[in-house]
Amino acid sequence: MSAVMDNVLNKPVEPVSESPPKKMNSHAETRMQGARPVTAATVRKASLKPFFLAVLPPILGLALLVLVWEIVAAKSSGFPSPMVTLEHAIKLFSDPFYQKGPNDQGIGWNLWSSLKRVGTGFGMAALVGIPLGFMIGRFKFLAGMFNPIVSLLKPVSPLAWLPIGLLVFKAANPAAIWAIFICSIWPMIINTAVGVQRVPQDYMNVAKVLNLSEWKIVTKILFPSVLPYMLTGVRLAIGTAWLVIVAAEMLTGGVGIGFWVWDEWNNLNVPHIIIAIVVIGVVGLLLEQALVAIAKAFTYEEVRS
Amino acid sequence: MDNTSKFIEIQKAEMVFHTSKGTFHALRDINLNVKKGEFVTLIGHSGCGKSTLLNLIAGLLTATDGTLLCANREIAGPGPERAVVFQNHSLLPWLTCYENVYLAVERVFGATEGKARLKERTKAALALVGLAHAEQKRPHEISGGMKQRVGIARALSMEPKVLLMDEPFGALDALTRAHLQDELLKIVAKTESTVVMVTHDVDEAVLLSDRIVMMTNGPAATIGDIVHVRLDRPRDRVALAHDPLYIEYRSAVLEFLYHRQAHPAAMKDAA
Repeated sequence: MSAVMDNVLNKPVEPVSESPPKKMNSHAETRMQGARPVTAATVRKASLKPFFLAVLPPILGLALLVLVWEIVAAKSSGFPSPMVTLEHAIKLFSDPFYQKGPNDQGIGWNLWSSLKRVGTGFGMAALVGIPLGFMIGRFKFLAGMFNPIVSLLKPVSPLAWLPIGLLVFKAANPAAIWAIFICSIWPMIINTAVGVQRVPQDYMNVAKVLNLSEWKIVTKILFPSVLPYMLTGVRLAIGTAWLVIVAAEMLTGGVGIGFWVWDEWNNLNVPHIIIAIVVIGVVGLLLEQALVAIAKAFTYEEVRS
Repeated sequence: MDNTSKFIEIQKAEMVFHTSKGTFHALRDINLNVKKGEFVTLIGHSGCGKSTLLNLIAGLLTATDGTLLCANREIAGPGPERAVVFQNHSLLPWLTCYENVYLAVERVFGATEGKARLKERTKAALALVGLAHAEQKRPHEISGGMKQRVGIARALSMEPKVLLMDEPFGALDALTRAHLQDELLKIVAKTESTVVMVTHDVDEAVLLSDRIVMMTNGPAATIGDIVHVRLDRPRDRVALAHDPLYIEYRSAVLEFLYHRQAHPAAMKDAA
């Protein structure tokens, strides 16, 4: 849990690990490994302490949150206590995939619909944004062309694009996907382009001296060295997409976790809203962690063995 | 005949950099011919433009003025016939040693030779630098000296007309450096390569070179003097340490570097 928190809290913009040209003093490493002879007793003592330090603070933090919640619930009339919410949650998750008409479906279906929308919009954004980012990073002319457009459109809330989506696609579902597409494409374009521009000059000199073809430059030099940056872009994009889908679905309606929250508000079912918040948080965390894991697996480092 | 005595031909080369802070005249009036099979080192204080000169020959930079020819053809850009060994080895960290060399081999011979022959060439190049055992390792798994040897293998695998080396051993410790110098001498003797090498190590220059090109201090650096090293090959570093000729060449270079070109600031005033 602590590692999870660290990853979420620490520097979300930088690549998961150092970029390739980082050098490592292997002598220093071996010296550090061999420096301290450890006995069995110190090992036991040393391994227990970090364990408690890793587990205790998150548990205390969560306990504090529940305590504050309990106090707030006790003071106000409409706010459900943690126990009431837990009861609702157990009932809700005992049958997550029921279907009673288009507006009354299990939380599992709502979640699945939202994930499908995010997946579609996000996938299309990757298909367009990553190649575009490569070209913008590679060719100065294209960078000059696209930089003003990206700078102008990036700060616009993706929800502002929703009416355009409704106008063009004349349906709620593609409009929501369109909003996801718009919000995910900027981090992918920008991070990919920055990654391409930051490819070490040494590697490009190798490409020049070997007179490599453009295809070889892309596959053997640019792609591996840009990958960490690109995956950072993907990670930022999925975070934003998951934020936006809830709001977009509140506006478009239909089936989806965002709509579900709004629907439960209309029903004044506050425990369900709280459950939805937790579920949205957990899913977002899992998406982010999955991408962090992928990024780590595909990062080439001089340091890694 | 002409081709062998003037394999690389540089006439009145000038290099001016235009930066945002104004222009910088790096090199002026460079005239140098390199014979086929000759080992030439460029030596000088840092900032004297020796790397710039090497990059001009490599084609990574284009001269502002003057003529640069290699085998009677104008140097218009980088090319595999002029292989470069970079100071920081510049191996691609995501490829194994084998793949790093293969990338070069494939580029030069891929169009004319089969896969088996390319593989053979790659293995031969790694064997030449004594790294046949490490071909499946990635650059971060091997020592600095080994990385530099892979860099040399990559350059040699292309069977270049000229081997250009930019302080190839500068980042290595003294013992590894000496070891690699000896190996380079053997490899160059075997392959009869033409080599232009940038160094700031006087002993390295005398030990390896046929000629030492000594450069004046920048800005607007040029060739100050050239020492012909007429020592028999193969050369042995231990025996040479007491050789009066060796000592004489060494002092000539030291004299140039520390007396005639000692004070960059004073030189600037004079220019």
